[in-house]
Amino acid sequence: MNTTAHSYRTGLKRALIETRNTLTSPSDLMGMLLPMLICVAVLYFLRGVDIEGAPISLGAMNMPSLIGMNIVFGGIVTMVSALVMDRVSGTLLRAKSMPGGMTGYLIGHLGSTAMFLSFTTLVLLVVGLPLFDGLEFATPDRWLLFLAVLAIGLVAVLPLGAVLGSLINDLKNMSLVIFPVIASVAVSGIFYKITALPEWLQWIGQALPMYWMGLGMRQALLPDSMAAVEIGGEWRTLTMFAVLALWAVISMALAPRLLRRMSRRESGSAVAARRQLVQQQWG
Amino acid sequence: MGHPPFNGPAIAVSDLRMRYGDKDVLTGLDLEIEPGGVTALLGPNGAGKTTTIEILEGFRARSGGDVSVLGVDPVHGGEDWRARLGVVLQEWRDNGKWRVRDLLRHFAEYYRPYAEPWGADELLDLVGLAEQGGQRVQTLSGGQRRRLDVALGIIGKPELLFLDEPTTGFDPHARREFHELIHRLTDLDGTTILLTTHDLDEAEKLAERILILAGGRIIADGSPDQLARAAATVAEVSWTQDGRRQVHSTEDATDFARKLLATDDGAVSDLEIHRASLEEAYLTLVEQFETGQAEAAVDTFKEATK
Repeated sequence: MNTTAHSYRTGLKRALIETRNTLTSPSDLMGMLLPMLICVAVLYFLRGVDIEGAPISLGAMNMPSLIGMNIVFGGIVTMVSALVMDRVSGTLLRAKSMPGGMTGYLIGHLGSTAMFLSFTTLVLLVVGLPLFDGLEFATPDRWLLFLAVLAIGLVAVLPLGAVLGSLINDLKNMSLVIFPVIASVAVSGIFYKITALPEWLQWIGQALPMYWMGLGMRQALLPDSMAAVEIGGEWRTLTMFAVLALWAVISMALAPRLLRRMSRRESGSAVAARRQLVQQQWG
Repeated sequence: MGHPPFNGPAIAVSDLRMRYGDKDVLTGLDLEIEPGGVTALLGPNGAGKTTTIEILEGFRARSGGDVSVLGVDPVHGGEDWRARLGVVLQEWRDNGKWRVRDLLRHFAEYYRPYAEPWGADELLDLVGLAEQGGQRVQTLSGGQRRRLDVALGIIGKPELLFLDEPTTGFDPHARREFHELIHRLTDLDGTTILLTTHDLDEAEKLAERILILAGGRIIADGSPDQLARAAATVAEVSWTQDGRRQVHSTEDATDFARKLLATDDGAVSDLEIHRASLEEAYLTLVEQFETGQAEAAVDTFKEATK
């Protein structure tokens, strides 16, 4: 039996079971969906706000951006918190104690996070489409682009989350990752157009994956004429895929080494020490 | 299907050293464990038991010495070596959202390229969790959780099972149930078990061989009976003479008493001969260890169990 192929297969099974476990845990499900649905509700009140010279409302324009943001934000935060929490609970050490366990664990988490994010993306799409006038999702070219952006987004963001998660050894340092991700929303043109920002902030935004995920989703869902609002007055489809692919390549190059380092440091006493720290910090 | 038979000691360690910063935790530990049976690594808290077992499990790199576990240096142990080990840690809270039977069934998969693993239901029966199969792991009680950990530890039918302080925090009832489970495991099929504990009583109940670890090395080694007899060689003879209580420690209490009574002219009364039990010798060791007299403790104990 090929042991590598076997541990990948086991990982995929793990992904399916993890996804089922999450989808049947109301707290997990609501923790992920509720913030997004609140955002949708806010956008709903903006459906009457017109944008100068545009055929659609501010709410409709922000809906695709929100879907893009959900993939980046959800992908990074879910991976980081899984890796950090699983080191406190010993889930990672358990994986280390089994043959092929670390491979199975990682494939399982990447897979289940991808499935869970696809599920929440679908929920946002199904909720958003009927709520906002002007979204276009009737033709196969739009479906394909939507799926392609979702796919490249997952491939870029999940390894990035794994990299960041492997660097954080302590629950209380999780904010070091979460806050920058939240801050990146502000410079990524999610809730207002990026061209309203000073140019240097636009450059920061364009270096990060969130801007491009928002752009890709807007192209997939908004009328073509809305490209006029974007930087350069066009969708920049190729650049969008190229930047996201670059993020994917960099993260995937870094991830194995960092994850191995993280795994090497796991032991029973490391887990016990971490748990004690958590108890001190949170009473 | 199964693991290929392995000839040679299950564990062979010589001159194992471990140093954290400038603190020596293990200072030349030697031990050899033949396949089969239960061996207890007994020692006070902080004696280096967990460090030792983590080195053997391949979870921690050592500072020096030679280690062979099932014929392989743990530092270079690959996945096939990992498949021959079972590990039960002090406290595990992993995979809390999983259902018990799902977890067993899934984790068995990992071992399939190497051995025929246990079926989930026979394993649940063995560890006494048949009724909890459908529950989420995080809803199990402490004792049930530890029995699940044992199930996960043996799921790949390992040749060698490590149990690190398996009953810490248990009430007496859960403890007895757990001990019964370990006895059932030893009846199975020649799995070698190495457990650590700081509790002499537990070591005596479970193990055929006890290794006492203190001061960074093994200071006593033998069956519970052997250790008990060794610890009891020194006896305290006490008596009253001329209104004063006298105490004398001797290795040959009978001879001492004979001479004492032969020459006392009837002045000796209330003669008592008290042999130190293994428990007392061990408690003295722990006490001295905890008050910082580690070296003295080791010497006294060696004296007593020589």
